[in-house]
Amino acid sequence: MSDSIVLTVNGTKVTVSLGATVAVAMTIAGQACRTSVHGEPRGPLCGMGICFECRAVINGQPHCRSCQILCESGMDVRTNE
Amino acid sequence: MAAAARAAECGVRVGLVDDNVALGGQIWRGAPEDHPESASWAARLRSAGVTALSGLRVFHQPEPGVLLAEGREDIHELRYEKLILATGARERFLPLPGWTLPNVMGAGGLQAMVKSGLPIADKRVVVAGTGPLLLAVAAYLRKRGAKVLVVCEQTSWSRLAGFAATLVRFPSKISQSLELKKNLAGIPFAANSWPTAAQGTDRLESVHISRSGALQDIACDYLACGFHLAPNTELALLLGCRMSGDFVQVDEFQQTTVPGVYCAGEPTRIGGVECALVEGQIAGLAAAGKADLARLLFHERSEVHRFARALERTFRLRDELKALPADASIICRCEDVTHVRLIQHSSWRAAKLHTRCGMGPCQGRVCGPATKFLYGWSPDSVRPPIFPARVESLSALVAGGTEPKA
Repeated sequence: MSDSIVLTVNGTKVTVSLGATVAVAMTIAGQACRTSVHGEPRGPLCGMGICFECRAVINGQPHCRSCQILCESGMDVRTNE
Repeated sequence: MAAAARAAECGVRVGLVDDNVALGGQIWRGAPEDHPESASWAARLRSAGVTALSGLRVFHQPEPGVLLAEGREDIHELRYEKLILATGARERFLPLPGWTLPNVMGAGGLQAMVKSGLPIADKRVVVAGTGPLLLAVAAYLRKRGAKVLVVCEQTSWSRLAGFAATLVRFPSKISQSLELKKNLAGIPFAANSWPTAAQGTDRLESVHISRSGALQDIACDYLACGFHLAPNTELALLLGCRMSGDFVQVDEFQQTTVPGVYCAGEPTRIGGVECALVEGQIAGLAAAGKADLARLLFHERSEVHRFARALERTFRLRDELKALPADASIICRCEDVTHVRLIQHSSWRAAKLHTRCGMGPCQGRVCGPATKFLYGWSPDSVRPPIFPARVESLSALVAGGTEPKA
């Protein structure tokens, strides 16, 4: 299907609609985006690039604000940086 | 967009730099067909030859007239003669027990996620906080198939009634309200109500709410919770613009106290999209040297400012909300600083020095407005980089040479 994209979150395939952000892919996968300094799981809060709670490693690049980055086919997303 | 279009239509060269991946900001996020007004401004930008640079965040001004912005993989040096700041607002978040659990999001936050592709059909959602955004979000989520269990608004029925009376003065708002009322039919709306705790282990499972004094637990998948808006003033502060209270001080042409730097929309007052559009147009025209054309919009601006004042009156936070955090509740999410550690300090600066509150990647954007409300603190200074930047961007800065790309 051309209106969906497949990428991997922690090695597991996730299908999202075209135009979806990486934060959405992680939420669909049921994965917390990061672990806080005291070990709590965290997910997106603001959805608009302000809070930095959704940061993740995207294609090897750490600290990406996943809510501001669109999913691309074959993208490798890692949580719990 | 309005500022850029009006300025460019006067014949000056305009570049538009946006942190988001697509134009339209927060209110007009998502599919263009849902926002015809946004599409028409976008068309004006194109026909006026505006260069739009999306996905760039400005993090530093190395010297007046030059800004540095970081993209996903590169950095840009942006030179300007006139600058218009339209940095918008963010949601104000108030800490409550459990608010750091995944699936507790801002009201606008959850809406932005759904607009960005998050499936919400059949999910149970509690919408809570304060401000007109709550109703818009509830209506939007329901349209996308969510089960909105309740909307909790902290303000009182009497303030809401006063607000409704003000709306009557604004024809566009009346039609918006009627449309909204249709889309909200059947969703319980509770004034004098707010969430007191979010519960769950690895993610949200239920929300505890105080509904006109009665306590209640509601099982849900998402809590969409925002307490109106806080202006994004970091860039204005970095450039040395003087503030008036929480907002950027501007003159009648939207010019800040820094000559050649203008500001429009939420950073000057929380007034919504109509306010931002008229202020943006005034700023764009004034920056392009068309003061006479800008003046034609002054009357319209004073009308929308009346609406902004009504917003401020209606959705002022009630003092009971200061009691929301428990001792162990996290206030600063970046550094995991709890309420009990913060109440030992008397100022933002003291708290920063002793607890690292506000020193994480968000740089106090979330906990700053919260600590202002909870403890009466004011963040003191803004230092570059105003957004976390990559080391190579910063080292390019130190070396004094950047590849000019725009």
